Amino acid sequence: MFRIKRGGIHPDGHKSLSAEKAIEVMPVPPKFFIPLRQHIGVPCQPLVKAGDNVKKGQVVADHPEKKAPPVHSSTSGKVKEIGNFPHPVFGMSQSIVIESDGKDEWMENFLIERDFEKLSVEEMVDIIYRNGIVGMGGAAFPTHTKLMPPKNKMIDTLIINGAECEPYLTADYRIMVEYPDLVMKGARMIMKILNVKDCFIGIEENKPKAIETVQNYAEREGIKIAVLKTIYPQGGEKMMINAITGKEIPSGKLPMDVGCVVQNVATCAAIAEAVCRNIPLIERIVTVSGKAIMAPKNILARIGTPFKDAIDFCGGFRSVPGKVIMGGPMMGIAQAGINSPIVKATSGILALTKKEVDYGDERPCIRCGRCNEVCTMRLRPNILSILSEKHKHQTALAEYDLLDCVECGCCTYVCPAKRNIVHYIKLSKAKNSLAGKAAV
Amino acid sequence: MDTRISVNKIEKLIVSSSPHIKGNENIAAIMWNVSLALLPLSIQGVLNFGLPALITFITCIAGSLLTEFLIQILLKKKSTISDGSAFLTGLLLALCLPPNIPWQMAFLGSIAAIGIAKHLFGGLGNNVFNPALVGRAFIMASFPAAMTTWGISSLSAGHETLSIGFLHLPTIHSFFHADVVTSATSIDAVSSATPLGILKQQGYDNLVASFGGKIELYKGLFFGNITACGLGETSAFLTIAGGIYLIIRGIIKWQVPVVMIATVGVLTWIFGGKGLFNGDPVFHMMAGGLLLGAFFMATDMVTTPMSVSGKMVFAFGCGAITVLIRLIGGYPEGVCYSILLMNAVTPLIDRAFVPKKFGDIQNRNDSPFSKGARGI
Repeated sequence: MFRIKRGGIHPDGHKSLSAEKAIEVMPVPPKFFIPLRQHIGVPCQPLVKAGDNVKKGQVVADHPEKKAPPVHSSTSGKVKEIGNFPHPVFGMSQSIVIESDGKDEWMENFLIERDFEKLSVEEMVDIIYRNGIVGMGGAAFPTHTKLMPPKNKMIDTLIINGAECEPYLTADYRIMVEYPDLVMKGARMIMKILNVKDCFIGIEENKPKAIETVQNYAEREGIKIAVLKTIYPQGGEKMMINAITGKEIPSGKLPMDVGCVVQNVATCAAIAEAVCRNIPLIERIVTVSGKAIMAPKNILARIGTPFKDAIDFCGGFRSVPGKVIMGGPMMGIAQAGINSPIVKATSGILALTKKEVDYGDERPCIRCGRCNEVCTMRLRPNILSILSEKHKHQTALAEYDLLDCVECGCCTYVCPAKRNIVHYIKLSKAKNSLAGKAAV
Repeated sequence: MDTRISVNKIEKLIVSSSPHIKGNENIAAIMWNVSLALLPLSIQGVLNFGLPALITFITCIAGSLLTEFLIQILLKKKSTISDGSAFLTGLLLALCLPPNIPWQMAFLGSIAAIGIAKHLFGGLGNNVFNPALVGRAFIMASFPAAMTTWGISSLSAGHETLSIGFLHLPTIHSFFHADVVTSATSIDAVSSATPLGILKQQGYDNLVASFGGKIELYKGLFFGNITACGLGETSAFLTIAGGIYLIIRGIIKWQVPVVMIATVGVLTWIFGGKGLFNGDPVFHMMAGGLLLGAFFMATDMVTTPMSVSGKMVFAFGCGAITVLIRLIGGYPEGVCYSILLMNAVTPLIDRAFVPKKFGDIQNRNDSPFSKGARGI
């Protein structure tokens, strides 16, 4: 059994709401909002204009210098307009609005059959780039960049992340249970690209069915299963590496600096589909759950589907929601409305009841030290929050390792004074980055 | 019945930073749990000392709550008396006072505890010193005679003497003249020394003799049959039981009481008797306010270090200073001052024990799958 050495919390999982609901294919909605920015980095530039006809899988935006993975049309139809529309992460973003023609016609040369063993590493990376694959665990880091580490970085371990430590989310679990073959095929491809022999798939012990299913496929492919103790935030990249290899990524470094690459199970499945069948990333598994949702489900939804349609597909709301969140409840993003579209990084849409999000009044820090105990980065979150409150953002940066915080939220979860520590830390980070920009 | 709410009817959603779920623990739960852990000990105090003890409890708690309430009105802050922290301060203050202390003094002590030690420093979370102990030190400095006049437990004293004291209603005059009050109450409070007092003034042999044997002395300390002591010093058993409850609830760390009590035990064993290694650690560990202090005051979150290693250093310091005062100092008991002194150095201890952040620790080869770390 593997586990991180220190810290972490055990929040109530609430996974039974949707865990045993088989993936349902969501019907194509009438209108898509496809943001130009669905990954970390610079936004794409549109290749189409209002009035153009597009096919399913057609590239509608990319970056001229290949700095951003391209964005594809999720169905066939007509481009209605390109403008500023709600975005689940950025609030508003340039998006391409596509009206479905109901035919759902593929571009030609998609759905071909290809044997990845016959492809060269460069060809595979190019296919992954052209099909717009990004990390689907939540961060949306362009996958092709991760698969091309600089020559001086020796990669010896590939870790497939099936921890899914966020409460409520069951999308990765369903992928492991229903498509273990795709996940393992994708993992084999990444092993080939990175030329590594060691591959682990990390799954938390609260998913015995996934462990059992994946085991049969993994053994055949020479992939080892690492059963992890259930601890949040073990699905975080740094924590995953620490739990399985015992290594700690130094401040400001990347997984590749300790010889590791981590890929989410959904990303693996997307890579397998892209390489073998040339299917771009136009749909993904999304968990729609929470006590305010009528019928929680795991759905296969197209990128660009408004949250509204997805929630409607799950029976609408059971009670008036207090918060609608994209992602998990620990690190997800609260939405101002339900018109935001599903993007490549949307692992879940949660609706929490008003009662669940009434946390009580924020009180002063009583120095109980619990945040320090659960902080997996071993920072002092309470001091960071107090410094931020007193506008001492510089001190937080210079003396209290502000930038090492991964914003996992454990400190805020355990705080008996109900202090919004992560909020304060984010504020300090933003103030420092603004100050840095002003100085330049 | 279909209670479905259409997606088109959603208007206002709460937007705030993650995380969107929080644990159940809150400040009020912590404070009330500590108070609950002190309940058996408090009941034992009232049973042992009768009505004066009850009056002391009521005065201290009412004084604390009233002070907090008035100060928050004055400062136009939201009232927080329901969070139990002022209640706990009052309760703890009462537990470290002589049971039959005149109520005016206890009242002034609770004003000092909440007004000076807590709110003058900025309220909950900002106080440097343990408020209850500041209250006690305040009374000790202002009315030393009353603080060393120990009540006789009702187990041995007659019931009638206690009621006389209660009938002595103080006048305005006596309120401001502590000596008058002291003399008034000392009618029923036969001046009798605490076990630590006997030890200080008459030596160890006389102490054992006054109890009729070592075993009787230990039994008295453990089960609460001591005739002269502070309100919360009656029973070692109930103090430890309350402490264990808090440890199980995860509110205090076991390292603090263990280190503090062990330090007192070891140091008194070495230096407490004639020559070295001749002391009576069992007596010293159970006597006086050590257990109360170790389980309930040296573990106060606000005024002690945050890291476990820092807490252990803090506890060691408390134990060492306690022994220093008990064996060499002028007072028979030193728990109160030892904790207050260590409160003062808490920020320094916190500075010394900064956790090594993730990635700063040498990468180890401790996983069966690990191939060992490369130099970075």
